[in-house]
Amino acid sequence: MFQDRKQIILSFFFIVCGVYLLRLLYLQVIDDQYQALGSTNAIKKEIQVPLRGQIYDRNGKLLVANVDVYDMYVTPYKVKNIDTTMFCSLFGITRNYFDSTMTVAKTYSRNRASLFLRQLSKEDYARVSDAMVHFPGFTFELSFFRTYPARTMANALGYIGEISKKAYEEQTIEYYRRGDYVGITGLEKQYESELRGTRGVKFTMVNVKAEDKGSYANGEFDTLAVIGKNLYTTVDVEVQQLADSLFQGKTGCAVAIEPKTGEILAMGSYPYYDPNALSGKQFAKNFKELYKNPDKPLNDRVATGFFRPGSTFKLVQALVALQLGAIEPSTAFPLGGAPVKCHSHPGAPNDLHNAVRFSCNPYFYNVFRKTMSLGSETNPFKEAPIMLTKWHEMTAKFGYGQKLGVDLPSESAGLLPSVKYYDKRYGKHQWKFSNIYSLSIGEGEVSINMLKMANLAATIANRGHWITPHLVKGIGQNSQGINASLKEVHQTEIDPIHFESIIGGMQDAVERGTVGGGAGIVEGISICGKTGTSQNKHGKDNSIFIAFAPRENPKIAIAVMVQNAGFGGTYAAPIATLMIEKYLKRKVERLALKERIMNTSIKTVEAMAAKGYEPTVNKPAEPARPVKAPESPKKEAPKSVKVEFITPKENLIAAKSTK
Amino acid sequence: MARDIDIREGIDWTTVWLYAALVFFGWLNIYAAVYNPENPIEIVSLSHNAGRQLIFICASFLLILIILFVDYKVYDSFAYIFYGLIILILVGTIFLATEIKGSRSWIKIGTFSLQPAEFSKVFTALALARYLSTQNVNISRFRDAFVAGVMVFLPPVIIILQKETGSALTFAAFVAVFYREGLPGIYPALGIALAILFVFTLFFPKLYIIAAILILCGLFWYFFLKRYERTQQNMFRLIAVFVIASVFVFGTDFFINKVLQPHQQKRIQVLVNPDSDPLGAGWNVTQSRIAISSGGAIGKGYLQGTQTKFDFVPEQSTDFIFCTVGEEWGFLGSLIVILIFAALLNRIINLAEKQRSKFARIYGYCVASILFFHLLVNIGMTIGLMPVIGIPLPFLSYGGSSLWSFTILLFIFLKLDAHRSYKV
Repeated sequence: MFQDRKQIILSFFFIVCGVYLLRLLYLQVIDDQYQALGSTNAIKKEIQVPLRGQIYDRNGKLLVANVDVYDMYVTPYKVKNIDTTMFCSLFGITRNYFDSTMTVAKTYSRNRASLFLRQLSKEDYARVSDAMVHFPGFTFELSFFRTYPARTMANALGYIGEISKKAYEEQTIEYYRRGDYVGITGLEKQYESELRGTRGVKFTMVNVKAEDKGSYANGEFDTLAVIGKNLYTTVDVEVQQLADSLFQGKTGCAVAIEPKTGEILAMGSYPYYDPNALSGKQFAKNFKELYKNPDKPLNDRVATGFFRPGSTFKLVQALVALQLGAIEPSTAFPLGGAPVKCHSHPGAPNDLHNAVRFSCNPYFYNVFRKTMSLGSETNPFKEAPIMLTKWHEMTAKFGYGQKLGVDLPSESAGLLPSVKYYDKRYGKHQWKFSNIYSLSIGEGEVSINMLKMANLAATIANRGHWITPHLVKGIGQNSQGINASLKEVHQTEIDPIHFESIIGGMQDAVERGTVGGGAGIVEGISICGKTGTSQNKHGKDNSIFIAFAPRENPKIAIAVMVQNAGFGGTYAAPIATLMIEKYLKRKVERLALKERIMNTSIKTVEAMAAKGYEPTVNKPAEPARPVKAPESPKKEAPKSVKVEFITPKENLIAAKSTK
Repeated sequence: MARDIDIREGIDWTTVWLYAALVFFGWLNIYAAVYNPENPIEIVSLSHNAGRQLIFICASFLLILIILFVDYKVYDSFAYIFYGLIILILVGTIFLATEIKGSRSWIKIGTFSLQPAEFSKVFTALALARYLSTQNVNISRFRDAFVAGVMVFLPPVIIILQKETGSALTFAAFVAVFYREGLPGIYPALGIALAILFVFTLFFPKLYIIAAILILCGLFWYFFLKRYERTQQNMFRLIAVFVIASVFVFGTDFFINKVLQPHQQKRIQVLVNPDSDPLGAGWNVTQSRIAISSGGAIGKGYLQGTQTKFDFVPEQSTDFIFCTVGEEWGFLGSLIVILIFAALLNRIINLAEKQRSKFARIYGYCVASILFFHLLVNIGMTIGLMPVIGIPLPFLSYGGSSLWSFTILLFIFLKLDAHRSYKV
């Protein structure tokens, strides 16, 4: 009886076993949520953050280093019966800070350590460590912050800070955790992946009470942290610091390039501020102040920003006209008939050489007019687009209207107006030369950044080619890993022979031309330069000067701009030539000139509009100051930080571990 | 009775080996559960579960010898007496027991504690087999079914009074035996249908379920029944089904929210959604699932488990021993354990069908059903398919009472099987 029910009962047993096996297959094989190491609560993944790479100048002087500090962590459940008042006074914190941080820590976990106080100096650590027996539950971990012994190049170096929410969420491979430090701007950002090093991972086991139970699988899955790679930059810190002191009280920028290699020798954006201000505990306070400064010290004026090239653009006009055959070095133009006026200079220039020397506006108006009328078309509305296309093509080769490719995270492309641009603005065939003649003297629609201006000087110095300007020439021990695009040679279409009359004019401009009073003459060095005075909508013109030296086998090309300082020869040229002098002679002999420039303050329109503003953090470095450790602005920080030099040979593994 | 007999004669060695495999594997996992890499323990020691389990295993060996020496007729003849005794002990336990974790089911004998509830399954099985094998007893007859029902129902009632709801539930396993012996199929089918309805009530709003039942009834009427079957009588039957189902749905809701204790409600709640209270009532479910999942396909390796080792999973050597298996041996280990159990169940059922004596057959089914029910609930709860009910995994879980009771249960059947050529 009922033997058939055996099959039904057995089937039911087997079905249940089958369902359970399917469920186990799903849990254990298909769903991998808990299978990654460290994803479960018994194995904790500890990240070992290595020291960030240091940054050096071209002569091996330290620009950016790390200072050891201690972060204090709290494990709330261990904190019992402590004298809060004594604790607060020991660490110089308020009761309010203590209570609120403690609440946050408790909310996170009672059994796990939370960050309580960042960046205690070694001295502070030594001072408090004896007293810590009275404060159970507080522990210290070695950490670091960035320090800038040379106290210069804040904008190009950039700063590091806690990763932003956006960047945290957008990372494709999960690498950073909340609160991690990353490069926010400048080289710190550009070379983040090289500087940060390789993180170590350590798996440790904890029990249900979050007590440490030792390393997991004897460290089989752990990896060691590898210290970040050092950056070897192209910067000459002494030239840079000279620029810093010359720019005291002024706004603008200076950038110098080695023409042969495209290496950037100096790159300063002013008003100056001490990069140490944006490191460590004072970050928030100082950042706010810098941000509020009407002169916008946080804006990089070298690689970003838009300026009119002014008279420096005349050099490009002349070179393009020479190459197209519109003019010859001996071409002369009458002064009259041009809608642009002359600066005061003796008589009409009888050739290109003198036109460059005196920066004659009507002459270059005529140069551009000739260029634009080279075509066979008689209708000026039809001729203009044809010739502008040709002109645009050649001018663009100088890097105008495009990014140069410098190794910084942000670079402005600027604008070189094209046919398309004017068609859009005026309508097709609705414009001709008379609409665009301001381009002839670098005014009107054309806009560039100062890096391009220095690059023009380098292009002329090289007689027709330029190399991508760059800041870093070596990464890590073997100086490898430099992007090939940073060494790329860009040819313009200008024949080297066309440069000589221009260069001659530039040399005369410095020696007995637009640079007045011999402010540009450096004994023994033939400097070729060109002043520029770019119109500034808001007030007095910007003073611009570009130059290279020496004339034969040039070693340095430079561009300097002083905002609202007026004529280019007055401030920009002296600053540029002083920097050239420093670079080529390693010392400055024209001390009176240096003093005079240093002690002149030029307030920008913006600063004048914001009355009563007194900046405090942008005090420049001492002139010609030897590179030594900074005096930290923080009273907790050591008075003299002994920077541990990490030579490339020592592949130290100095790691900071955070929970 | 101990004549010159070879107790090995007629023993089904396949079953013995399957049993031994489970017990041995269980002990390995209990050792893993108590193993502490920082502080290695002695294997033979009374200070930890693995050491004690080793002693229980040795004692089981003695028990097996005794069972095999005793004349097979004793189990049949004395079934009612055993049953009566265990009922008395169960009742006595309520008064004599020391309270452990809110339950009064443990009797202390020296340093050891015994849980009579575990053993009551064995003797209930014997008594039930004896009754159902009595001539003229027919389970399909109401009176006989009632007597058998009372026999099965009495121990769990007492056990519930001891506050051991989990153990009491295991008596539901006997339904399978009743079914095999002729209980109309409608009853277990109804039970399964109601169980499904119960689960649905947990997950979906009541009105949706009632609407779904109504639609199913309508579809049944129009598409399943042939035209001539659509009689008024069938119509009434269908309506009755609908009404009963609806009442059951509301009744379930009422039962969960009004009748069950708060902690029992929580257990059901976390089954539906373990994340509703991951650190409280959902802790066991969540941690046990994490432990099993983290084992992956081939496991972390013996003694390498971290979830179970560091106390994230509670009751890791007793009720949640399967977590250790899952974590350290992975899917491979889980598969092997379940396959061994399936083979054992298959073997017992097949042996039971071969018995010439009705008593032995029914007892065999009792053994298989009880083992299966424990498997169903215990593994089900560790993988989140069943609510957390504290019953052990047969042969693997730590514990003298459970190991001994399952050993006795199985080996009485093997003893009966060894003599299957004799008809009682």
